[in-house]
Amino acid sequence: MIEIRNLSHAEGRTPILHDITLSLPKGGVTAILGPNGAGKSTLLSLMARLRPLQAGSIAYDGMDIAATPTERLARKLAILRQDSTVGSRLTVRDLVGFGRFPHHRGRPGPADRAAVEAALGQFDLAPLAGRFTEELSGGQRQRALVAMAFVQATDYLLLDEPLSGLDMYYARMLMRLLRRLAEEHGRTVVVVLHEINYAAAHADRIVALKDGRVALEGPAAEVFASARLSPIFGMEIPVERWHGRPVALHYT
Amino acid sequence: MAHRGLAILAAALALSCLVYLVIGVRGNWGFVLALRAERLAALLLVAASVAVATQIFQTVSGNRILTPAIVGFDALYILIQSVLVLAIGGLAAAQLPEIGRFLGETAILALAAVALFAALLRGAAGDVQRMVLAGIVLGVMFRSLTAFVQRLIDPNEFAAVQIASFARFNRIEAGPLWIAMAVGAAALAGAWAMRHRLDVMALGRDHAISLGLDHRRMLMTALVLVALLTATATALVGPLAFFGLLVTSLAHLVLRDHRHAVLMPGAALIAGIVLIAGQTVFERALGLAATLGVVVEFLGGLVFLALLLGRGWR
Repeated sequence: MIEIRNLSHAEGRTPILHDITLSLPKGGVTAILGPNGAGKSTLLSLMARLRPLQAGSIAYDGMDIAATPTERLARKLAILRQDSTVGSRLTVRDLVGFGRFPHHRGRPGPADRAAVEAALGQFDLAPLAGRFTEELSGGQRQRALVAMAFVQATDYLLLDEPLSGLDMYYARMLMRLLRRLAEEHGRTVVVVLHEINYAAAHADRIVALKDGRVALEGPAAEVFASARLSPIFGMEIPVERWHGRPVALHYT
Repeated sequence: MAHRGLAILAAALALSCLVYLVIGVRGNWGFVLALRAERLAALLLVAASVAVATQIFQTVSGNRILTPAIVGFDALYILIQSVLVLAIGGLAAAQLPEIGRFLGETAILALAAVALFAALLRGAAGDVQRMVLAGIVLGVMFRSLTAFVQRLIDPNEFAAVQIASFARFNRIEAGPLWIAMAVGAAALAGAWAMRHRLDVMALGRDHAISLGLDHRRMLMTALVLVALLTATATALVGPLAFFGLLVTSLAHLVLRDHRHAVLMPGAALIAGIVLIAGQTVFERALGLAATLGVVVEFLGGLVFLALLLGRGWR
């Protein structure tokens, strides 16, 4: 379980998050939605200890991130950030291999190599394994980065807009994969999404932020409704049912 | 895991060392070899120190243009020495016990480096333009401050500082500086122990934290190691502005590998070849008519310009 208590954060003098208290159950896919500037990325950065906490606390299964050595946290949670770049000139295989670092600390064994090869296969990366990351398209690099976070084999997986730059095929593939991670491997996935229909189709829970506060929270089946979503984005969002599933029609 | 590139470089270095030791020996072989071996050891240590310090600094600052020398680590070291001479006088400074003086100066350098650069690297690592700008400004500032302090020093005592301010390969005083060599060797061992973590640091701050590195502590440790290595090299031969840049760029070019287990030894071997072979040519063939320091800096400067103008941002 992820427990966030009284989390506030300011960037200089601009407050970004106001007193957020939230608990996310273990297992399942949680989608974080919200308009631009709602504080989604900041929340995820704080949850992944990429920025120091200013006020409040965050704990994973009772493991407080401020009190737990970062080495141990790296085996508990993995994060994929928005537009993350890689400093080194690496092949895709090497990049994905770094995901195993928290487990082998520099000396990969056969199990680590096998995990990397399996992930390369699972993410359709095997044909690209020997290519350098700077030779890839944005979507291909994104897939490699997701694969890297995947082989880290953590209970919790945080992803900040992982679909940006992916075409429909890979966006759906990634969401299905996250779904499978949650269902078959019991992992807890927290994912920031812009396209709310992906949340409707794949998420168990939805958390919506607005102006640095939690504006909406609950099971996706309950809260995915026009009356709940429209005020958050400040626009009319009709939600229709199609084959029994909710679909937001916000394109026109 | 034997690496072919490293093996070739090691062979080339061994050959350079052999040539350096035996070329043109006349008279008492035992005496000449002992003298040359001592100087050779010092040159090798300087080469390794500069190369590894530069590689570590480039990794933790996330750029391939700045080096400890360009941002003024060695200028800072000479500034510390100059301030010491200014404060207590050249004679008194010269009479300080060698060990205590070196360790003291090195400790001050390490503290100053951490205080000055840790904040900069935390804020701007990855933001290469800001790093380059701030780094070059700091480097110029340290050099100007040093020049200013040296003008305040009594002209007679200035000579004591002046010797330390220029690169010199022909008169290496390895004998009394064994403490510098010991510190340098220990720092090299520390860098080797960090090689896997440095690979992860090279991915960038967010990745490093996500993969379980204490980024802040790594940064501090790296800066202290860079300070120790810089102090060693500067104490032995004086400041070398572009030498580190030259050898790490060559290592990247020749070895094409991201692993520090390859990059650090590779850069050190290349640095050794450049220094030893260069010194052999200048001592034996050119009869000390030119200075190796000038040539190395000229080549390094060209690499710096090429990196700035080209696409070598990372």
